[in-house]
Amino acid sequence: MGRKGRIRFATVWLGGCSGCHMSFLDLDERLVELAGLADMVYGPFMDAKEFPRKVDVTLVEGAVTNRANLAMALMLRERSRIVVSLGDCAVTGNVTSLRNQFPVADVLATFLSCGEGSVPAMDYDAVPELLPRALPLHQVIAVDGFLPGCPPEPERIWTAIGCLLRGEPVELGPEQLTFG
Amino acid sequence: MSVVTLTIDDELVSGRHGETLLQVIREHGMELPTLCHMEGLSERGGCRLCIVEVEGSLRPVPACSTVAQEGMVVRTATDRLIRYRRMIVELLFAERNHYCAVCVSAGNCELQTVAATLGVDHVRYEYLSPRLTMDLSHERFGIDHNRCILCTRCVRVCDEVEGVHTWDVSCRGVRSRVIADLNHPWGRSETCTSCGKCVQVCPTGALFAKGAAVGEMVKDAGMLTRVIEGRDKKGWNE
Repeated sequence: MGRKGRIRFATVWLGGCSGCHMSFLDLDERLVELAGLADMVYGPFMDAKEFPRKVDVTLVEGAVTNRANLAMALMLRERSRIVVSLGDCAVTGNVTSLRNQFPVADVLATFLSCGEGSVPAMDYDAVPELLPRALPLHQVIAVDGFLPGCPPEPERIWTAIGCLLRGEPVELGPEQLTFG
Repeated sequence: MSVVTLTIDDELVSGRHGETLLQVIREHGMELPTLCHMEGLSERGGCRLCIVEVEGSLRPVPACSTVAQEGMVVRTATDRLIRYRRMIVELLFAERNHYCAVCVSAGNCELQTVAATLGVDHVRYEYLSPRLTMDLSHERFGIDHNRCILCTRCVRVCDEVEGVHTWDVSCRGVRSRVIADLNHPWGRSETCTSCGKCVQVCPTGALFAKGAAVGEMVKDAGMLTRVIEGRDKKGWNE
């Protein structure tokens, strides 16, 4: 718990398009309400360089598609009490995993040399190396809740946040559970 | 007409002789999920979503292809059945490449709806991510094998209602594919009448009308009932 018993709340952006975070922003005035109930300690909207320790709830957008994602997933799991997959890429792999039908070398060749000739050597200090497959978050770390949708509508996110603020597991009705 | 009396979920119900358990269950307003079943087509019993437990039988049986019998004691929603149904749907998602976010049938898809209704919020199995093709050789329609769940509604409607049997299934198990004629491109099929019935009965976005973008492929759910009624009542002879 953070100051005055408020929960420490983080969001993380892995292999996704940030659409889930846009949808999160679409909570609009409810963000003010959330800011009153939780301390936002990390995320694309926060000026925090490193994922902090002792986080209560972390929402994760995106699939685990490269080594940086993998390292981040392991770290946020270690430092968060509750981890929730936010949106279809984290939940199913979704668009990020469209490439899974093809070997990584073919994918890179398509993007780097239009499929012709050899692929230039990659500087993996500058760009994180792709994993052989883009994985849903729960295939990499233990996940406590799932929030499907591409992106999940703000109402879904708000329902889930409501559950989390009350200390309950994320439970969505069938109308809020659809993929896509 | 003879009547059979049986117990479904502790409720004494009656059905007509020869009716399937699924018919009796739905006539009494009880819910049971299905994907391969379709009113007007023969039963296949392939998707296994409508499995129920019948006292005296160790294994669950598909309600769509089990005839209701006098004195049967049936359960439709035990913990085991609910667990199995979720597994079945998760396996369907894992077997091919279902990307609801970029599918023409998103929002109008029976697989998507069934998954949400059963509370499937993620898939516990590893995705097979098979490399599958799409056949866009037909002038008006397309088939995307990535989204096919092998319910064979298209095969049955083409055979039983259109009377053509353009579609069938090649290979077995996880390699099964719906094919046109003897595995020809759909557009080169010599038997296809381009009636579009297969497109309308397909529960997912596997069969679609060309030109539909994400979420735009709305299937005509009443089409088959109208066609069959018209046929049976000879509505088109005048």
